[in-house]
Amino acid sequence: MSLVNYATREITCKIVYYGPGRSGKTTNLHYIYGQVPGDRKGQMVSLATQTDRTLFFDFLPIDLGTISGFSTRFQLYTVPGQVYYATTRRLVLQGADGVVFVADSQSRQLKENVESFQDLHANLAEHGVAARDVPLVIQYNKQDLPRDMIMSPDELDEQLNFREVPSFAADALHGPGVFVTLRAISEQVLQRLSGKGGR
Amino acid sequence: MRLDTRFTFDTLVVGGGNRLAAAAARAVAEQPGSAYNPLFVYGTTGLGKTHLMGAIAQLAMQLQPGIELEYLSLEEFMGQMHAAISAGELETFTRRYEAVGMLLLDDVQFIAGRRETQGELLRLFERMQMQGSQIVLTSDRPPSELDDVDDRLVSRLSGGLIVDVTAPDFETRVAILRTLCRERKLAFRDGMLEELARFEFNNVRELQGALNRLAAHQAIGLADVAPRPSRQAQRPVNEFESFLSEVASAVQEHVESWRTRLRERIAYWSGEGYRTGVLQRALDLQKEPDLDGLLATYTAAVEHLKRLEKAASGADERLGADPVFRDPERLGEAEDLVERALSGQTPPAAPNASFQREGFDVGPSNQLAAHAADEVVAAPGATYNPLLIHGPSGVGKTHLLHAIGNALALGAGDGEATRAVGCVHAQKFMDGLIAAIQNGTVERWRTRYAGVSALLIDDVQFVAGKERTQEEFFALFNTLVSEGRQVVLTSDRPPGEIPDLEARLRSRFEGGLVVAIQPPDRTLRERLFTRYLEHAGRPAPPELVHTLAEQPVQSVREIIGVVNRLGAVADASNAPLTPQLARAELGMPTPLAGVPAVQRSRGTRDASFLDVEKVIWEWPAVADRLIEEYR
Repeated sequence: MSLVNYATREITCKIVYYGPGRSGKTTNLHYIYGQVPGDRKGQMVSLATQTDRTLFFDFLPIDLGTISGFSTRFQLYTVPGQVYYATTRRLVLQGADGVVFVADSQSRQLKENVESFQDLHANLAEHGVAARDVPLVIQYNKQDLPRDMIMSPDELDEQLNFREVPSFAADALHGPGVFVTLRAISEQVLQRLSGKGGR
Repeated sequence: MRLDTRFTFDTLVVGGGNRLAAAAARAVAEQPGSAYNPLFVYGTTGLGKTHLMGAIAQLAMQLQPGIELEYLSLEEFMGQMHAAISAGELETFTRRYEAVGMLLLDDVQFIAGRRETQGELLRLFERMQMQGSQIVLTSDRPPSELDDVDDRLVSRLSGGLIVDVTAPDFETRVAILRTLCRERKLAFRDGMLEELARFEFNNVRELQGALNRLAAHQAIGLADVAPRPSRQAQRPVNEFESFLSEVASAVQEHVESWRTRLRERIAYWSGEGYRTGVLQRALDLQKEPDLDGLLATYTAAVEHLKRLEKAASGADERLGADPVFRDPERLGEAEDLVERALSGQTPPAAPNASFQREGFDVGPSNQLAAHAADEVVAAPGATYNPLLIHGPSGVGKTHLLHAIGNALALGAGDGEATRAVGCVHAQKFMDGLIAAIQNGTVERWRTRYAGVSALLIDDVQFVAGKERTQEEFFALFNTLVSEGRQVVLTSDRPPGEIPDLEARLRSRFEGGLVVAIQPPDRTLRERLFTRYLEHAGRPAPPELVHTLAEQPVQSVREIIGVVNRLGAVADASNAPLTPQLARAELGMPTPLAGVPAVQRSRGTRDASFLDVEKVIWEWPAVADRLIEEYR
């Protein structure tokens, strides 16, 4: 993936929202879509099933305009969370500059979270990418639900975040935590501009 | 041409958004064809791309009053091209543009999806760049984002320098407003222009519009338009805005490092065609190297290479393209090459490898020449020396000449080293001599030519009437032939008919073998049509080829033209290429129904009766023929 093209002075970041089914990946994108001013957002492409589950993937391009002389674009993707769309997930993950893992904070979803997180690592390995080399942040979504239904961010960190990457509590439906997550992953991705692999 | 004379570099306000573009434009105007070719400027509307074009054109005309310059939008260009195609004068059209020293095309994004225009532009650009003519293009997006455009065209467009113009920053906006006020003698209260510039206009036209509104208000008596207190607080602040500003500072922090500078230089020098291995290795360093020192050394090496390249191409122009002059790490090799070139050890131009004997179709009209060529290759210098091939333009003389050259260069195949074969156009031969006379290096020029084991001269009729060239050629010819080295010549007519050719040269030309190539006969036409149809990726069924070959042609190029034209028509009408379509498009008579078509004898007879066939073909109309018969 060419993050920076110095000849045409373009920066393109592909960020993939990963996680189990119904954890709120598409909701994240919808919230961002609603905040981006009209002239900066491309059309959000969403391929959903009849029951509104993401069938293939969602795609939201955002044009950040010219920054330091570089025309900068973010491309946000989601993967379908349902277990049986493994191939699609692998395809969407290809060439990702950064990954946001959206976990469902509900206690009864813990198993799904763990499995999906393992699936992410397996798919990265499939692309020949070492998971620790890919910028990654974790979002614990649905923190607005009643306390007794969900696990706290600390508890979730304990279960999922063995790599100690930045993690954020969020309520993607109403907005809190969405941009904090996006900002964190962007920061990590852009940090790589100064390192290798920019060509 | 409709150049707005107000568009000059003097009236161009340069700021952060267009500094690179302005610098590149100026370089192009000062040295057309050598600085950045093509120069591709992109940016949204109203940012001064057309102003840049105008400024380039005016400065170029000022510096080089004789320069041929064409300035038009792509749409106008396409209009002209389509008119030329429908008038059957595409060749005149392309020739006209090929002769232009600088071509400025505005709004090339409209090329998207127009394959035919793309093909024509690609060919035109290739030829223009070969001649060193400057091309300047503008578009609203970079070449890589032009949809549905041939990859080859994209790569050619990206081959020079791509620069963008972006919206002016605050300071530039103020400068633009001040310039506009000065031009139009407007005056506002202090701070007014600065206040106006605080609005983030997307382009210069909006800015101009705002100034106009302000001026109009002032003119109708609402005179003292004064700046209001800062409206900083009114700025909408939302999550996205703050995200954007954070991303911007992150990009600034990470991108604006020494690696960025280095990468930009790498992109620049690779764009200029230089190898950047040494700079790329520096990118892998953990800590910042002495970047200024490194870049200065690299630049100095490139400058040195340029000087060497110039020296080498002065001695032998085809050395200029040698890749060794593009790699600063091969400076030593480049120096060696120049030394050898200067001592006359490099042979003159070699034959073009794309012309091979296998690609030369033979029919009755050219079989004698082809046979003679094979004999010469089998026993160079022994059978026919010199061999002179003559015939009208476009029948394949040059192809055959280069094919002989390529075969000779391979050597006899029995372990003998490859031979040094010189294969040049008579014009180049003469130009080389003139340059050598100018530089006082005639001796070196002679050594180079005398060193070849075979000399092939294309269009030798050009030497006629040129005293010194004939003299030099005569001496060279005698040396080569007396030592049994092969000489092959082509000409557009037999030696006896070349005016102003010295008698001693004519008799020597006639002393070997003189063979003619006629315009393609029917058999050859069929072969050629089959070849070029297949080459164009179209089926070549016998009926179609048979139909097409009915019509006599003067040259192979005509056949290629017909194939291209029919291909275009078939594509445009989305119909398969059939004999009927070909007949209709080429205006050929349809064979009468019920009357069996006369089966013509193929082969030699056709060739010998070619003139009659041609006369009948060109006979204007049946009515005229009747009048002629009853007279």
